[in-house]
Amino acid sequence: MTQTTEKASPTATAGHAAPAQPAVDFRTEPAKYRHWSLTFADDVATLTMNVAPDGGQRPGYELKLNSYDLGVDIELADAIQRVRFEHPEVRVVVVTGGIDRVFCAGANIMMLASSTHGFKVNFCKYTNETRLYIEDASENSNKRFLAALNGTASGGGYELALACDQILLVDDRNSAVSFPELPLLGVLPGTGGLTRIADKRKIRRDRNDVFSTLAEGIKGKRAVEWDLVDRIAPLSRWSEAVTEMAREMADGLPSGADRKSIEWSRLEYTVKGASRIYGNVSLVVSEDGRQGALEIQLPKDDAGWPKSAAEARDQGAKWWLLRTLRELDDALCHMRLNLPEVGLVTLRVTGPSAELAAKADSLLSDNHWFTTEVRHFAKRVLKRYDNTAKSFYAIADEGTAFGGLFLELLLASDRQYVLNDADAPVSLALGSASFGPYPMSNGLTRLETRFLGDPTRVDALRDELGQQSFVVLDADTADEMGLATSAPDSIDWDDEVRLAIEERVAYSPDALTGMEANLRFAGPETMETKIFGRLSAWQNWIFQRPNAVGQRGALHCYGTPQRPEFDYRRT
Amino acid sequence: MTGIDYSQKIPNNVDLKSDKRLQRALESWQPHFLDWWGAMGPTDYNANDVYLRTAVSVDAAGWAQYGYVKMPDYRWGIFLEPQQADRTIGFGDHFGEAAWQQVPGEYRNWLRRLIVTQADTEPASVEQQRLLGHTAPSLYDLRNLFQVNVEEGRHLWAMVYLLHGYFGKDGREEAEELLERRSGNPDHPRILQTFNEPCEDWLSFLCFTMFTDRDGKFQLLSLAESGFDPLARTCRFMLTEEAHHMFVGQTGVGRVIERTCQVLKDGKDPRAEGAIPMDIIQKYINFWSSSSTDLFGSEVSSNAANFFRAGLKGRAYEERQPEHLAMEGVYNLPTMGPSGITTEEIPLRNAMNEILRDEYVKDNEKGIAYWNRVCERFGNEYRFSLPHRRFHRSVGIYAGRHFDLEGNPIDEATWKANVDRWLPTAADKAYVKSLMKPCYERGKIASWIAPPAKGVNDQPSDFEYVKL
Repeated sequence: MTQTTEKASPTATAGHAAPAQPAVDFRTEPAKYRHWSLTFADDVATLTMNVAPDGGQRPGYELKLNSYDLGVDIELADAIQRVRFEHPEVRVVVVTGGIDRVFCAGANIMMLASSTHGFKVNFCKYTNETRLYIEDASENSNKRFLAALNGTASGGGYELALACDQILLVDDRNSAVSFPELPLLGVLPGTGGLTRIADKRKIRRDRNDVFSTLAEGIKGKRAVEWDLVDRIAPLSRWSEAVTEMAREMADGLPSGADRKSIEWSRLEYTVKGASRIYGNVSLVVSEDGRQGALEIQLPKDDAGWPKSAAEARDQGAKWWLLRTLRELDDALCHMRLNLPEVGLVTLRVTGPSAELAAKADSLLSDNHWFTTEVRHFAKRVLKRYDNTAKSFYAIADEGTAFGGLFLELLLASDRQYVLNDADAPVSLALGSASFGPYPMSNGLTRLETRFLGDPTRVDALRDELGQQSFVVLDADTADEMGLATSAPDSIDWDDEVRLAIEERVAYSPDALTGMEANLRFAGPETMETKIFGRLSAWQNWIFQRPNAVGQRGALHCYGTPQRPEFDYRRT
Repeated sequence: MTGIDYSQKIPNNVDLKSDKRLQRALESWQPHFLDWWGAMGPTDYNANDVYLRTAVSVDAAGWAQYGYVKMPDYRWGIFLEPQQADRTIGFGDHFGEAAWQQVPGEYRNWLRRLIVTQADTEPASVEQQRLLGHTAPSLYDLRNLFQVNVEEGRHLWAMVYLLHGYFGKDGREEAEELLERRSGNPDHPRILQTFNEPCEDWLSFLCFTMFTDRDGKFQLLSLAESGFDPLARTCRFMLTEEAHHMFVGQTGVGRVIERTCQVLKDGKDPRAEGAIPMDIIQKYINFWSSSSTDLFGSEVSSNAANFFRAGLKGRAYEERQPEHLAMEGVYNLPTMGPSGITTEEIPLRNAMNEILRDEYVKDNEKGIAYWNRVCERFGNEYRFSLPHRRFHRSVGIYAGRHFDLEGNPIDEATWKANVDRWLPTAADKAYVKSLMKPCYERGKIASWIAPPAKGVNDQPSDFEYVKL
């Protein structure tokens, strides 16, 4: 039986030893999928889950009954992304299972039991983001998702269904939806399931209580009556029922038939030890493996930039802005899953001027389908940055160009160091990007969140911008207006930045993760903040407790001859 | 109390009349059961008198009382073995504790699932066999079919009693659904796939009672050990009846073999004489034994381990085991490694399905030996064999791979080249089907099967078992 205690880091101790496991590669494409198939019929896409049991990401577990691991979810995330960019004409995505009488059994238990805690948390975070991407596509991409449950959907399987707009369950007197986590495994559903039954489907609390403690779940008419699913359909007319419901959902949306798709080409990068060097982005890991230097390099000038949304679409994945976002997204996933020991990341956006940076996102306010998609993608990448458990310091020193969309990255960081020296002028450029198009998961802009206690600060910055598309702020002004944590001159700069870094990397990584999560998301709760907040606070806590992972914990005992033994004291 | 109270609407030996709530629940289920029997049972013979056995008590003297009865009037009821004083749980983590007379809340859902899965097979087999009455080879066989059918119906009653009596509203809903699922129905099929396979000819029926009902026997043996006492007592009595079903299968296939041996001994061609060639019989054995072997579930099973540790489902003949916790040992399970078959050590509790399957395979071997003795008696050199448990599996670690009859891994091409020699072909089935003509003259028998060695309840060979 596998151990659930922390073992050696699952990945490279960067800069030191060779990786124990090959680094996770987040790139894939439909022709390489092992666990999904993606097919199209006019404006309806069908995403069928058929997990290869021997296709686990690492040895030691078998992916039975359409249970998933990170590799399965990477394909799902890729498919959702491709449906948005490569198939803008699609109005409905049917998510279904390819195994007889099984939709999906959720995350693989043996995989979880044999993973380090850090991996489990980041695995859950990634799968949560993927499900939120489904909801984002539904909200912003002229698409609806239909979960066509051809068989039992348990745990993460039902959570995947909950992320879809509508749920259709086969009525074969046997197939059910269920959350067996609590009764069988002594843990909680980890992909927002409890939040969604309460806050999205708004099911009654007592029914949710019964449902979430009933390992075998609820099927048929009662599942409809309790609103756990939207409809049921008999086996004999299953495919007609799926087609009809998909048609109904598609017809409720405007046509996307005139949208010309782009090719979502493969992302290329060079691996240097733990570092990944992309075209416009680089993530360089320090010798001791504890720090990462994330740099985004803007083009030298705007020659070759598209002049219109249509031109941007023609450039497609080759458009430097989209490419930069994809590279940044990959770098974030890489640091989360492959570089657990990197605790602090310094961020620099370099380029000829903040002004140029501020012009970069001007096309993203266009409501052309393609630029709209890129805008929402940028929003998701920024959120992924917000949700990454590393300390981020934005370093605005000589040669940096934080402007427009890229200024959001500075604001998304835990601290902002801005060099304020007449001999080495640094400026920031504030644009409309900071006032609405890229909300955080709490529903507010980063400026609103930053100045939660003094909204006049946001007003002052908006006044500064006025009717212009952007305004350049020198270091002094930026500091005065509250955009810098610290703005030392050249004499103090090196020491101040060095000390801030050295101090940070010495603290307890657990405490830092908790502190940052508390401080980053000031302001109101949304379904999204609840999902991540409760994942961190409850699920991760339970996952660490002896009642789950101790020698006689429920997760540890699952699948073994032993029954769990609980410490019955409530906390 | 072992005597059965037939004065009640529902015959029983559980003092049903003193539990008004349960009595009302079962009495309201009874008409639904009769509707189901009317729609899905052997309905074309509802008006005929059939010479059936009915239990009047659960002891040796009372369980087999014979007489003519019209099937819809059969007294389906609830019969449990008498309660033993101070019975304790015989295995698992609760070993030695007092057996439960009520469902323990902690295990309620597991128990319900176990009971529903077992219960679902009972009406399923009646549905699978509902048209066989039109093609029976003799009145004797026709009567055996109906006896099996009414007893499967009674086994459904036994399980429904547990659901109604111990599982509240959920139990009542499950009892309703047992009548709503239908064998082979595309919308609401029976839970286990073997019980959705069509059983359209008599050779299949005889194989079914030999192999599939024998799975039932071992499931019942393991549930008869249950720490939930009402389940254990119910299953013990069901085992008595189940034994008859296997008698029908074992002697039935034996009589088919006997007939073919006789034809061959007379120097004639079985096909010309309307008998069934040995190789076709062997192919039917291969099909039904492998399909029934699947019913034991996965070789390595968390559910099986849970059921065992919780004291819900034990091993067959648990008392013969040297120890009853099964915490320490391992089961050496042959698995498919990259270079052929290797052995993997499985914690004993997780291997409970396989341990039960071991007993099943041994039992089947005895049946095969019995059939080979028939061949010997006729001086025929043909010998039947049981296919290896890895052959033709759809459930568990051997599913999705090919093995020959001896259990050796083979490739797809070898499988394709041999499958027609191993499993019934369309032509084999068509030939068997061509023989399926009713033979309902008293004392007469169809061409493909020998007469029984003796009659039911020692009746003469021309006895009118069913009044048509």
